[in-house]
Amino acid sequence: MAAVRTSSEVALNRAAIVAVLVATLIFLAPIYWIASTAFKPKELAVSVPPTVLFQPEVTPFIRLFTKRVQMQKPVDPQVYEAAPWWEKRIYDGGERVLKVGKDVQLSQYPDRFMNSLIVAVISTVLAVGMGTFTAYGFSRFKVAGEADLLFFILSTRMLPPVVVAIPMFLMYRMVGLNDSHIGLIILYVAFNLSFSVWLMKGFMDEIPKEYEEAALVDGYTRMQAFFKIVLPEAATGIAATAVFCFITAWNEYAFALIMTNRRAQTAPPFIPSQIGSGLPDWTTIAAGTFLFLLPVAIFTFLLRNHLLRGVTFGAIRK
Amino acid sequence: MASVALAHLDPASRAAARGWSDLTIRNMFIVPTLVFLIVFNIFPLIYSLGYSFTNFAANRSEPWQFVGLQNYRELLSDDHIWSNFIITAKYVIVSVAGQMIVGFGLALLLNRSFPMKGLITTLLLLPMMMSAAVVGLFWQLLYSPSWGPINYVFGLGDFAWLSNPDSALYAVAITDVWMWSPFVMLLSLAGLSAVPQHLYEAAAIDRASWWYTFTRITLPLVSPILLIALIFRTMEAFKTFDIAYTMTTQPTAELIAIRLYKQAFQQWDTGKSCALAYIVLIMVLAITNLYVKYLNKVKER
Repeated sequence: MAAVRTSSEVALNRAAIVAVLVATLIFLAPIYWIASTAFKPKELAVSVPPTVLFQPEVTPFIRLFTKRVQMQKPVDPQVYEAAPWWEKRIYDGGERVLKVGKDVQLSQYPDRFMNSLIVAVISTVLAVGMGTFTAYGFSRFKVAGEADLLFFILSTRMLPPVVVAIPMFLMYRMVGLNDSHIGLIILYVAFNLSFSVWLMKGFMDEIPKEYEEAALVDGYTRMQAFFKIVLPEAATGIAATAVFCFITAWNEYAFALIMTNRRAQTAPPFIPSQIGSGLPDWTTIAAGTFLFLLPVAIFTFLLRNHLLRGVTFGAIRK
Repeated sequence: MASVALAHLDPASRAAARGWSDLTIRNMFIVPTLVFLIVFNIFPLIYSLGYSFTNFAANRSEPWQFVGLQNYRELLSDDHIWSNFIITAKYVIVSVAGQMIVGFGLALLLNRSFPMKGLITTLLLLPMMMSAAVVGLFWQLLYSPSWGPINYVFGLGDFAWLSNPDSALYAVAITDVWMWSPFVMLLSLAGLSAVPQHLYEAAAIDRASWWYTFTRITLPLVSPILLIALIFRTMEAFKTFDIAYTMTTQPTAELIAIRLYKQAFQQWDTGKSCALAYIVLIMVLAITNLYVKYLNKVKER
């Protein structure tokens, strides 16, 4: 910008910053609503007018994680007083004590959360691993028809998931991969691989070739040079790519909905399926959503500087 | 000793002594990925192309028959399918236009230095990091006619966003704009930061108006990256399934992907749904090609 600033420019600048703050608040309002609903008493989630200020509680999380097998008769106050806090907490009212394991069991949510974690982590490791090797191959060696091959790799990402899902469903049924972790992992690797190759190629191209050439002169083999020189240089790129692949696999819905139903079901199809007929318990749904959002939010903050570069395929050079 | 011996060998065995040859490494690094993508993306497509010419139903064990182009003929003459396509087209136009305007607008506002810029940019990214299905589910509560905060804040009374076929589409589009404007914003920011500062300085010396600077310098220079954002978002919007599917319990906003899902996995009309998948696929490819051609034109200028 020009060195000398007129007063109208300063005013314009201030107005823009105020506008940014207002826009940020609008964008964050739905997320605040999810987070706050997760800590609301049941009746305040659907109150008129909507409740903004309230006494937060953790009962939605307890309802999320537990399933009551049978209700016990009221116990005498002495037994209640003697019970540890987590058993008291399990019943909303606080007058009965429910024994974990006997009256109260874990709900399916922890299982679904674990499935999400298993599938997202393993598919991310595979997609980023293969993507890194392939990107190095494209970046350092002559490949006949390189542009066409790279476009082919990207084009696999353009297919609508539902289109791929129909034949994959039939094939998985033949080989028994339906409702399995492996089946879902394969699909997510196939889905993320194109992205991983493209992102990693951007990062690999930025590492000077001279580094490895120097290592080769020193008597390293190509593979040693790759593992000892190139990979450490590419570490931040690998981290950024991994976060993107993780977020995509973590949040994926269509494949998970079609390919899993019980054993390997992940949280994205599970949370909506909890809405049955009648009035949904929004506080429990919010609690599930909030916990599910947490890993992604933490990743986003930890790696924000690399993410900005990743989203733009390296268009923002730092 | 070893290095002395190495010097006397011919180049080929010298490479061998250094481990695998470059050619081997290149193939080892590239071929598995290509094979993997062909097996899990291209092969299923060929497989479903075959099924699209049959009356196969995945939930029945009866033998299927070859029916030729009948599936395609029936689909293309089905008014219901065409209305799905029209809904999808409307949805794509409304939501992508909204994202481009909001996203680029935010980028223009953010493209200056101010305190906590990094934090605010990161916060704005949060919606696109969330699971679309869960986002769609939760926006049901936000849109609720009786206790949703949206109707309360905007004083809309008991306006039923999602159960009304006229408004459901726009309600889903608004959610999509909320979720994906940050993506357009990020790409635009990248484009804006790449505009050489001396152009603005020259314009300031010439006392050019803000509008003149914007239309003659900013817009032409960021248009290639805006177009990339447009391509990505159009393709994604055309494929939209999760948000709309979890948001509308009644089929008030039945996009083509939802129609496809229902035909394949609820009515189990497998052969016909493979045919519909192909029609969708050809449309996606056609749109992408149009865009890429236009992008190349813009780049040439």
